[in-house]
Amino acid sequence: MSGPDRRTVVTGVGVVAPGGTDRESFWRLLTDGRTATRRITFFDPSALRSQLAAECDFDPLAAGLTLQEIHRNDRFVQFALAAADEAVRQSGLDLASGTGVDHDTVAVSLGSAVGATTRLENEYSVVSDHGRKWLVDQRYASPFLYHALVPSALATEVACRFRAHGPAMVVSTGCTSGLDAVGNGHQLIADGEADIVIAGATDAPISPISMACFDAIRATSARNDDPGGASRPFDATRDGFVMGEGAAVLVLEEAEHARRRGAEVLCEIRGFANRCNAYHMTGLRPDGVEMAEAIDAALAEARLDPTAVGYVNAHGSGTIQNDRHETAAFKRSLGEHAYRVPVSSIKSMVGHSLGAIGAIELAACVLAIRHGVVPPTANYENPDPECDLDYVPRQAREHRVDVALSVGSGFGGFQSAVVLTKPGGTS
Amino acid sequence: MTARTVVTGIGVVAPSGIGAEEHWRSTLAGELKVRPINRFDTSGYATTLAGQVEGFTVEEHVDARLAVQTDRWTWMSLAAAQLALDDAKYDPAAHDPYQTSVVLASGSGGNEFGQREIQALWSKGPGAVSAYQSIAWFYAASAGQTSILHGTKGPASVLVSEAAGGLDCLQGARRVIRRGTPTVLAGGTEAPLSPYALVCQIANGRTTRSRDPREGYRPFDVNANGYAPGEGGAVLVLEDESAALERGAQQIYGEIAGYAATHDAYHHEDPAPDCRQLVRAMRRALAEAQVRQEQVSLVVADGAGTAALDALEADAIRTVFGAGGVPVSAPQGFIGRLCSGGAAVNVATALLAMRDGVAPAVGNLCEPVPSYGLDLVDRPRELPVDVVLVNARGHGGFNSCMVLKRHQER
Repeated sequence: MSGPDRRTVVTGVGVVAPGGTDRESFWRLLTDGRTATRRITFFDPSALRSQLAAECDFDPLAAGLTLQEIHRNDRFVQFALAAADEAVRQSGLDLASGTGVDHDTVAVSLGSAVGATTRLENEYSVVSDHGRKWLVDQRYASPFLYHALVPSALATEVACRFRAHGPAMVVSTGCTSGLDAVGNGHQLIADGEADIVIAGATDAPISPISMACFDAIRATSARNDDPGGASRPFDATRDGFVMGEGAAVLVLEEAEHARRRGAEVLCEIRGFANRCNAYHMTGLRPDGVEMAEAIDAALAEARLDPTAVGYVNAHGSGTIQNDRHETAAFKRSLGEHAYRVPVSSIKSMVGHSLGAIGAIELAACVLAIRHGVVPPTANYENPDPECDLDYVPRQAREHRVDVALSVGSGFGGFQSAVVLTKPGGTS
Repeated sequence: MTARTVVTGIGVVAPSGIGAEEHWRSTLAGELKVRPINRFDTSGYATTLAGQVEGFTVEEHVDARLAVQTDRWTWMSLAAAQLALDDAKYDPAAHDPYQTSVVLASGSGGNEFGQREIQALWSKGPGAVSAYQSIAWFYAASAGQTSILHGTKGPASVLVSEAAGGLDCLQGARRVIRRGTPTVLAGGTEAPLSPYALVCQIANGRTTRSRDPREGYRPFDVNANGYAPGEGGAVLVLEDESAALERGAQQIYGEIAGYAATHDAYHHEDPAPDCRQLVRAMRRALAEAQVRQEQVSLVVADGAGTAALDALEADAIRTVFGAGGVPVSAPQGFIGRLCSGGAAVNVATALLAMRDGVAPAVGNLCEPVPSYGLDLVDRPRELPVDVVLVNARGHGGFNSCMVLKRHQER
């Protein structure tokens, strides 16, 4: 059942993102180069240093969730259910009736960096009476608190929705969770542990504690007077990331399985690798060595030369050190080709949704391959001598993409890379 | 795909003891470590019993500068990892940094740290939140800190599947080893005994309401009435067999020969009414290990400690092995359920049982349910242990099974 001939293809994509709570409106936002960052509306942010975020105007009822699903689940699970519905619909898999699908071979691999942090905080404010009681009052506890405490509830909810009886798990490697969860799904298929994987990631971290903890280390942008211009990856005047939220889910399928049922293949996952910098929980060395190692290994698995890469979807968080670190990694892995290939960061438009963003960026790569358009880096205006690549400033670009590379970098020192190819493109 | 994964080091930090030998001694002695929680006043809580790691002094295990940046859950993880490395006599610094990885299971993250900082935020405002909250609370904190402390640059992962996580992370490590990284620190720990985390667990409706440890968590007993949470866990050194042999590893406890995971996918909280998916995971794990059920020496069960869940697992074991077909143990009855740490401890226990040829008893078992038809180990039993099947189920319907085999050079 396993072996090198088991390849992973993508047959469905679903997205809930700021400025576009479905796949098509997300793609329009990106190709228009619009930004969805704004002053926080979920709570009064005036006590914070960074008062900005890219919020989703998400209506769970309109997305088809039931009142009970909404009541028992944190927003991060709600996003994932909506995105998974959209992805499975596109795949054409009939997981509801189950005809033609062996549910025992359907796995779930979903990422999240901070899980139900918003719900845990909201509930805490109640049981602790606004933070007054350390010995919190059990009588005010919601019956769904355990569902919030351990984020594997996300995998359970999605598995139950699609009767996925294969392996199910949440991958929680901080800000590389999205790439790692899809990469993990790819490995489940390669190793014969599953034929179909509902893979992706979700996070909903726009809450007082999440905002405050990044304030404390000045990781987020304080450009409060210019919300739309605050997320400016690779720009010389960048001053930190802008918090985001959302989810993306990909239906991964063993290539032969997809071929047999006549599914439309959107792209192929050809390589995945991750490495650690073993340096610092938040700091990055400027040389980008470990990210380059991840890129090299992902390309090696894909059996592709670096010059084959037609688009790089950057981590591009907009912190001073990340963008420099990453630019160095691209040069190290791609050599001179790094100067020729378009590199962009969609975080300029949809913010940085922690664990979710890696999956949202993979969704953007799938769409870029499909439409032959690469999304821009919005707000890029002022060149930084340490970031001297083609960052696709402000306007999307028509550009045939046969091979896309998406990278991520996160707290803990994690560095990840995924290689996607056009179906029937580069062999 | 052909690489064989062996266990060469064991690090346990659990209510039964700090270090594999102390854990094993306590387990064989049948010491009941589930006790009233002594860290805070529990009089307002429905559940007051837990397995606590007594005598764990952070200063002995974690550098003071690192300790202030991390939660108790990470302290125990770092301590377990160091114990495992010492046991394996493996020093990551003596190897290429990309040759070692960290793959951990995570359950509820940095509970006490997180509660303290949310408390600070809500009572004093954003300026009172620690600069370390962003790196201490989240589920990947222990894996990141382990990688940094030991300089490991190989592929890292953090898996969450509630109590199934302790096996899933070992399988995650196998995936890493198959892809060419020879050595992985793998396992999980948990520290769920802050007031808020306890209240969150009580909300799941499966924790014991008993105030008497003897009457509390008792898997497979007629008086099973819920579980007691526990803290701690285990980290193991997993190695590609040929790499372990080449470096002349101190010992090889056993081989991870088979694994499978399924999900009930039935209800967000309730288990499926039948044990089909658990049976499927057990059988697939045995098939991967190329082991027939009569070759299995011992099953270390999940032992959820509620009547409904125990009955389902008993059903599954009977379906695979027949009534009384295999000795079954669940030593976690002595220490509580450690969420993502629990199954990692059970794997450690199984390997020690293999080493010493003795099966530990089911913890806190008084009166087995006769209709389960299980050969429950009621006191330590000497027997040749060559193959062990370990079951782990996670809240919500996760079923993971792992087959451990005595190592034989081929």
